[in-house]
Amino acid sequence: MAERERSHTRPLGGRFVPTAQVMSALDVQRALVRMAHEVAERNGGLDGVVLVGLQTGGVWLAERIAEVLAETEGEEVPVGTLDVAFYRDDIGLRPVLPEAATEIPLDLTGRVVVVVDDVLFTGRTVRAALNALSDFGRARAVQLAVMVDRGHRELPIRPDYVGKNLPTRRDEMVDVSEDGVAIGTLVAR
Amino acid sequence: MSAISEADAGPTHPDQGVGPHLISIADLGASGIAEVLRVAEAFAEVERRSIPKVPTLRGKVVATLFFEESTRTRLSFETAAKRLSADVLSLAVASSSVQKGESLRDTVETVEAMGIDAIVLRHRASGAPAQVARWVRRARVLNAGDGWHEHPTQALVDCFTVRQVLAEAAGVAPASLGVSCFAGLKVLIVGDVRHSRVARSEILAYRALGAEVALCGPPSLLPSDLTGWGVSVEADLDDALGGADVVSLLRLQAERGSGTHVPSLREYTAGWGLSAVRMARLAPQAIVTHPGPMVRGVEIASDVAELPSVVVTRQVTNGVAVRMAVLFLLLGSEVALEGLGGDRG
Repeated sequence: MAERERSHTRPLGGRFVPTAQVMSALDVQRALVRMAHEVAERNGGLDGVVLVGLQTGGVWLAERIAEVLAETEGEEVPVGTLDVAFYRDDIGLRPVLPEAATEIPLDLTGRVVVVVDDVLFTGRTVRAALNALSDFGRARAVQLAVMVDRGHRELPIRPDYVGKNLPTRRDEMVDVSEDGVAIGTLVAR
Repeated sequence: MSAISEADAGPTHPDQGVGPHLISIADLGASGIAEVLRVAEAFAEVERRSIPKVPTLRGKVVATLFFEESTRTRLSFETAAKRLSADVLSLAVASSSVQKGESLRDTVETVEAMGIDAIVLRHRASGAPAQVARWVRRARVLNAGDGWHEHPTQALVDCFTVRQVLAEAAGVAPASLGVSCFAGLKVLIVGDVRHSRVARSEILAYRALGAEVALCGPPSLLPSDLTGWGVSVEADLDDALGGADVVSLLRLQAERGSGTHVPSLREYTAGWGLSAVRMARLAPQAIVTHPGPMVRGVEIASDVAELPSVVVTRQVTNGVAVRMAVLFLLLGSEVALEGLGGDRG
């Protein structure tokens, strides 16, 4: 994968330089399809299921899972997006996204909410997401789907649906996109 | 470090031009204004929720010190702080030790000794917030209007509201416009510019964003020297209205002595009040802003004030989201950035 410019990665940012490709585009697609099937299997169908993609990396994944579910189950699952910036415990480090990025299309009371993100790392984003979701109603259950679980959890959080378990070093970066998954490092520009 | 997708957008931090204090629009510059508008858009979404409250500033204390009367600015700041879960202390000057002769410095000293994180200050003396900002050790100072000087959050609210209306007209999300929609926008500020802190902040903000600003008002109520302001002066309101995209009406500030600068209120209204007849001269998509409180029948006719292009109520609504953004940017970005990378994710 080519080196990608991250123009707005201040001040932590820089350029992502991949060192190893761990999943191909096809691998990501297969994992998505499997996770979509698991969602339907676990919940005995899609009754009351809502997908919520976490900004920014979880949004396209949630949309893709919904597409797969529409094809295989013939049912449109509501998809929302959530930006957890205002709920983080490291306020000031986390960007607020330019679009009014939180869009929860319905009251979550009584629903099964599947939170979707690209990478599960410390668990702090998910912790913030759980708090944020409670402001949108009392969900019957909240489940977690991630494309990559890279370990290093700092909170008692575990995913329900995993694309790939990927052991990493703490200082490595994981890049997830439709083109695949790569491990790399961030170098200063 | 975490997943790159998480480091994707950089943290909001003073390198983008916000903080530590907000005394003047000049502290922000174009990039700072853009940042405030961007973040305010996210808080506008929070306000549309059934529970419009986020835990972002939990444990922070915001004190509002108003040495001059105010309805909307004070309510707006206090609502904003509460929606961010900050604790709000509100000093009612009329019942405080200020009446016993306590100086501003001692009042600020007292407030800060209680561990307050932000001081929202309104004062009749121009420059009071700047002075307070020099005294404080750790609190952030937000200017909520000082004398004839500035009222920066009001100008930010006006920019936010104008962008919102422009975005609606274009059928796009406000955030997608960035601040490019202000380039070349023709803004006409009408009325008592001399005594208006809103006008000063608006001029700085609109000019920074690339708008063309013209002033129109009784010569006695325009600043005597406009060198360096980058604004033009329109002699005749009726001629000027036709070309304006945004008309910013100002209140005739009787408490600052505006009354002595015009022969009579009726004469002022005849020359510079926005009547229904004048309203008809405006382009159909033009926007009329007013910082409030409106004096109906003086700077604006009562029936004109009810028209949809007069966005006063919207300005008040947006005031909360914009002030949430300002509080968030000043108070939420003080964490040291080094060594915390591992916590992300």
